[in-house]
Parts: sequence; C-alpha cells; structure tokens
Amino acid sequence: MDRFLDSFLNAKLSAATWPAILSGLIVTIEIAALVVGTGLLLGLALALVRWRAGRWFAWPLMLFVDLFRAVPPLVLVLLVFFGLPNIGIELPSFAVLWLVLSLVLAAFAEEIVWAGLIAVKRGQREAARSTGLTETQTLLYVVLPQALRLAVAPLTNRTIAITKNTALGTVIGVPEIINQATTAVSFSGNATPLLMGAFAYLLLFIPVIGLGRLIESRFAWRRQ
Amino acid sequence: MRPAHPLLDIRGLRKSYGAAEVLKGIDLAVSPGELVFLIGPSGSGKSTLLRCCNRLEEASGGSIWFDGQEVLADRIDINALRRRMGMVFQSFNLYPHMSALGNVTLALRKVLKKPRAEAERIGMAALERVGLAHKAASYPGELSGGQQQRVAIARALALEPGLMLFDEPTSALDPELVGSVLQAMRDMRAAGMTMLVVSHEMRFAREAADRVVFMDGGVIVEQGPPEQIFGSPRHERTRTFVSEVAR
Repeated sequence: MDRFLDSFLNAKLSAATWPAILSGLIVTIEIAALVVGTGLLLGLALALVRWRAGRWFAWPLMLFVDLFRAVPPLVLVLLVFFGLPNIGIELPSFAVLWLVLSLVLAAFAEEIVWAGLIAVKRGQREAARSTGLTETQTLLYVVLPQALRLAVAPLTNRTIAITKNTALGTVIGVPEIINQATTAVSFSGNATPLLMGAFAYLLLFIPVIGLGRLIESRFAWRRQ
Repeated sequence: MRPAHPLLDIRGLRKSYGAAEVLKGIDLAVSPGELVFLIGPSGSGKSTLLRCCNRLEEASGGSIWFDGQEVLADRIDINALRRRMGMVFQSFNLYPHMSALGNVTLALRKVLKKPRAEAERIGMAALERVGLAHKAASYPGELSGGQQQRVAIARALALEPGLMLFDEPTSALDPELVGSVLQAMRDMRAAGMTMLVVSHEMRFAREAADRVVFMDGGVIVEQGPPEQIFGSPRHERTRTFVSEVAR
C-alpha cells in the first residue's frame, strides 16, 4: 500500500510538478478552445453549403468526411507533422495539432448537423416556403434551429472526445498536459504526475459537460 | 362555368411523376370570394393540384393565372406570389421552436420586413381572428391539434393573402376538435376570403361551399353546386364516391 501511495500520490513530487501540469493544462485549454471553435464552425458551414449546393459538393465532401472519420487521429497527426515538410510546408507542432483535430471535429460535426437538417420534417420547409420565405431564410429561421437542437447532444460528445485527443500532441512535442506529465514521469520514475494529469482533465471536463447539459436544456422547446 | 374575372385560373394543368400522370389536364377557375371544395378518392390528384397552385409541386404542363399573374412563368417572383396565397396543411406544420405569435410573425418580419412591434400587432390581430389571442405565448407542443391548426390559419391570414389553399385541414384532428377549425373557415368565408379546399368534410361542403369539384384519376369528373353534386350527381363515379363518403 505504501508503495502504491508513493508511486501514484507522492506529495513531494506533486508539489514540484504542479506548475508543469498547470502550464500543460493551459496549453490543452488553448488548443481545445481553438479546435472546438474552428471544428464546429467549419462542420456547420460544410453542412449548410452541402444543403444548398447539391451533389457536386456532396461527393468531395464525403471523401473528406469519411477519410477524417476513418483514419485514427494519431496517424493524421503524424502524417501531417512528418509528411508536410517533405513538400516544403513546415508547420509548428501546435499548428499541426490544431489543424488536424479541427478537421477531424469538422468531419464529425458536418455529419451530425447534416443528420439534424434532414431529420427536420419536410412539412416545416413547405410551410415556411408557402409564406414566402426564401430557401435561405427557411434554412436559417426554420430548419437550422430545429436541426441544432437535435445536434447538441452528439456535438457535446464529439467536443469532449476531440478535446481528449489533444493528448496526441505529446507525440509531436506539444507541451500539453500528457506531455508535461510523461516528461515528469520519465525524470522521476514515479507515476504521480500522470495521476495529476488525469485530475487536470477532470478539472477541464466537468465544466464542459455541465455546459453541454445547460445548452441542451436551454435549447429544448416546450412540450405538453 | 368559367367566371368572367377569375382570381385563380387553371388551364390544362398536367403533372407527371416519371411515367405516372397524376393530373391529366385540369381546367378550373375560382372567382373572388368563392369557396370551392375539391373532393375525390385518395390518389385522385386533388392535393397535387392544390400544391401546384403555389408551386410546392412543379407542374409538368398547362398554365395557372393568379390575380393576373402567370404563376408558372420562369421569371416570376415566387416568394412574393406565395405570400399572397395562404396555405394550410393537414399536419399543421407549425414551427415547434417558436411561440404561436412567433409562428405568425416570422414571415411578417422576414418577408414583409415589418418592424417587430408592427408584426406583433398584426400577428395578435390574426390570432384574435381565430380566437387564440390568449395562446400567443404558447408553443405548438402546448396546444391541441385544433388550436395548432388555427394558429397555422392565423399564420397564413396575417399576410393578407388573396387566396387560401387548404390541404385536408381537419384530417389529422380528433373529431371533437374539427368544429373549431371549421368555424374559423366559416368566419373567413363570411369575411369574403377566396378559398380552395381539399377536404373530406362533406357536411361542411354541403353547408359552406359555393361549388364542389369531384376529381378522380387526375381529371375533373364533375363540378357544380353542392346540392347537385351531393343530391343528384350526373356521373356514376361521383354517385359512388358520394354515397360512400356522405352517409
């Protein structure tokens, strides 16, 4: 028991490590905020363009969406980080992580929003158009608000999942939580920093989950 | 049968889905202030005919004139036209994320670009006309089917249409809720609204319609005043249909 406590809950080590974990947490929050913002907006935009554009847009979009949903994000991160310099594009590791995770989130978000859009009953569109609203007004005021309500729960899930994937940054040297924690583990030969890292994720996610719930309840329309 | 100055004038209207022709050359004119009932077995094309009038369905051939405008013309402003043709649907199709007043004022604000206060004043007046001003803040999910349909009527009425199209407005309602919707339609008729109604409410047709049009197989089989269609139909098909529905 003492050995367990010493390995995972070493007080002296945690006192020495917490500044590093905190700086990792800040980097994680920065990337997560950028990724969630970019990914959700891009996913929404893609779904809306798909709605208005038709088949010529849907085919290449499907290719992108399926690729970024099927290939493990770790592989994408490595491919982009080590592959792009070969064609003369060198991006800092932070930018690579931001770019890749945003595209992955956008791929999922596009499908989720799209599913919401097509789940809205056809009669809603017909009613709106029959009052003289244009196609775009119908989308913005009638179809999209209903689609987003359906999309909030799965989008919250994807947001949490993609934020956890910021841990992949460690393989390309982004100084986020896991990177800081594993570095500290290597130097000390003690697993306490890893547990501190886990705690940092909890600290990060409890508000995110709470926010998701809040949005869901705020967005639900009144029923009988 | 063709009125001198019809508000709605449909000529030789055709509509096909692939090889299936559902409208086979419809001629129908509706005068201002007239209430015309479209009846017929399911699949006879009555709903399609109605939906071609505001181009929710695109006709395959023929012409439709509304208030001196060629509805099927390419360069027509379809949105301006639709706002002058109110439509009421079988399944109400209220926007579930908006209050009753929100449903009624959306097009006033976004199509007619009225400021919010004015849109709400007009919207309240429209809800008043269907007896639902006190439900303005309620959401569709909190209203009965009959109330929802009356809100849908108010949504169309608020735009001051010249013609109202009704696509089986009472078919999705419990019997005890039908009366309130029919009363709203009766009031509209009394106010001089021109109405084209697809419905199975034969009693209402008998009482309120100026003309009943019987359709079957994509053609108009027979039309005339309700007494004639229900009392002494000329065609065998009309007789069979009427005896089956109007017990």
